[in-house]
Amino acid sequence: MRWRTRRGQRPPATLRRSFVTPEGVDLRLELASAGARAGAFLIDALILFGTLIAITVLLVTAGIAGAGGEIVMILWLVGAFVLRNGWFMLFEMGGRGATPGKRLTGLRVVARDGGRLTGGAVIARNAMREIELFLPLSFLGMQASQGAADGFLTLFALCWSGIFLFFPLFNRDRLRIGDLLAGTWVVQNVRAKLGDDLVAARAQQPRRTFSDAALDLYGIYELQTLEDVLRKGREESIATVAATIRRKAGIPDDYDDVGFLSDYYAALCARLERGMLVGRRREDKHAVGR
Amino acid sequence: MSALVDVRAAAVPLVNASRFRAAHEAEWNRLDALLTRMEKKSVRALDEEDILALPLLYRSALSSLSVARETSLDRSLVTYLEQLCTRAYFQLYGVPESAVRQARRFFGSGWPLAVQALWRETLVCLLLTVAGAVAGYWLVATDTSWYYSIIPDAMAGGRDPSASMETLRGTIYGEQKGGMLATFAAYLFTHNSQVAIFAFALGFAFTVPTVLLLLYNGLSLGAMICLFAQKGLGFGFVGWLTIHGSTEMFAIILAGAAGMRIGTAVAFPGRDARTESAVRAGRGAAVAMAGVVLMLLVAGLLEGIGRQTIQSDATRYGIGLAMLAGWLAYFYLPRRREGSDALAY
Repeated sequence: MRWRTRRGQRPPATLRRSFVTPEGVDLRLELASAGARAGAFLIDALILFGTLIAITVLLVTAGIAGAGGEIVMILWLVGAFVLRNGWFMLFEMGGRGATPGKRLTGLRVVARDGGRLTGGAVIARNAMREIELFLPLSFLGMQASQGAADGFLTLFALCWSGIFLFFPLFNRDRLRIGDLLAGTWVVQNVRAKLGDDLVAARAQQPRRTFSDAALDLYGIYELQTLEDVLRKGREESIATVAATIRRKAGIPDDYDDVGFLSDYYAALCARLERGMLVGRRREDKHAVGR
Repeated sequence: MSALVDVRAAAVPLVNASRFRAAHEAEWNRLDALLTRMEKKSVRALDEEDILALPLLYRSALSSLSVARETSLDRSLVTYLEQLCTRAYFQLYGVPESAVRQARRFFGSGWPLAVQALWRETLVCLLLTVAGAVAGYWLVATDTSWYYSIIPDAMAGGRDPSASMETLRGTIYGEQKGGMLATFAAYLFTHNSQVAIFAFALGFAFTVPTVLLLLYNGLSLGAMICLFAQKGLGFGFVGWLTIHGSTEMFAIILAGAAGMRIGTAVAFPGRDARTESAVRAGRGAAVAMAGVVLMLLVAGLLEGIGRQTIQSDATRYGIGLAMLAGWLAYFYLPRRREGSDALAY
């Protein structure tokens, strides 16, 4: 028996995970947050209940209309069974690896080892949902319908469900019991748009030039923060950032904050990238410049 | 220092991202468009030329990502390439096979091999059930009042020690009332499958609940047999049970075995890390579980329809034993192992 302990090299508490493709590139996957998972499940649960109620109403009206009570009953029994067990399995076995709820929240189930998502894995991950959720709930419902749901039993069922429900919060990879057993995890899989090129956008206009001292003020972290500020384009933050840079670099105000920041961004970016090419990577303003 | 506006500075400080975008943006956009089409519909939405281009575009995007990470400080560019490559990776490597191929593999090799791999657990579960049945028989034989504690009233449905021989005979040879045979079959199927899935999932708790479930299953079996045997109906009752029971009991034993495999893999991982061992057991056992649900579907049909329409003991035994032989042959006859069986492991 071997306990795998990783003392001293705990991975950082982010949701980024290293994931190397067969081509040897690390994709740095981003795991789904607990909130996104819960949201996806709620959407699925709502759709499930909605469908179940719709089917029931439909079949009851069909039954009242006199279309063979037996067929209606069979359809309902089998339909409910397929919905309960098949909803998650069939959708996740499909090409998208996601239920409708997961698709809406931009999530996807993938195998932790990067291989194909096999049928076995999907079944294992969703069969465990039975004890995570349906078992305590149906137990509770059964007792309640018989009027026998005393406080202790309710508490026990809620605790049981609670342990499994909050299990993803107690491990770094946000794994459910089902994920643990099936060797899967749930990752963010959203489409991002390529933002505009901040430097090329102003290529036509004349540019400000900056002294080395002014460009030595900041590192990569500040550069990328500036990129965010420029892309978001909120006036007050642009004004604040421009004022700060001008004050630090001792540059007089020329009343064109956006133009000033764009030019400063371009110049700083070009300078830091030149440094990177010769092996000087300056992470932030506290790092030594040269 | 003053920030003079240098009018002559047409020499734009060109950053790597700009050059990079100019050189590759068309490729990225094409890959993005292809991926979007695949995600919205499927691979079949692409024509031949696109499919041939896909791996090339993917690799070029990957190399763009590597270069961009090392040389460019444009964060939006790196983020964009990361998600583009991730989406492409999962479209190229992570997509499951088509449903038809998965089904063919499942019936051809995945299911029997998964069941074969559980042979040790299956034997233990069989022994547990038999032990439970013997204990149940013995308990009721020594003191009939045990029967009431083993079988709940709802399940007994009048079949208890106080019932007359005629009543008991009626339950095994009589016509089902109301004639809702198919409904009964559907109910049995869904109910039993749900219980089997429980037995599987509960195995995670170090197999204890699974063992209890199997023992109880055996106990009630033994108690029932004893009840009917005391009234001289033992042979008929076993026949009534065998027609579907051989399939159903086998399925429940397999479900228990699958749960047991998971529980023991978690408790005693051997040389593997605990999670790796759990994953291997979980995937294999889940394939067997999918098969169990199918077996229970067959059992439900046999029980709901076959049992009520077939009244002769010999036919009941014949069908039940033939089913058992069929399952055993399907699962355990040696078969060629395919090189890479993705479904089983």
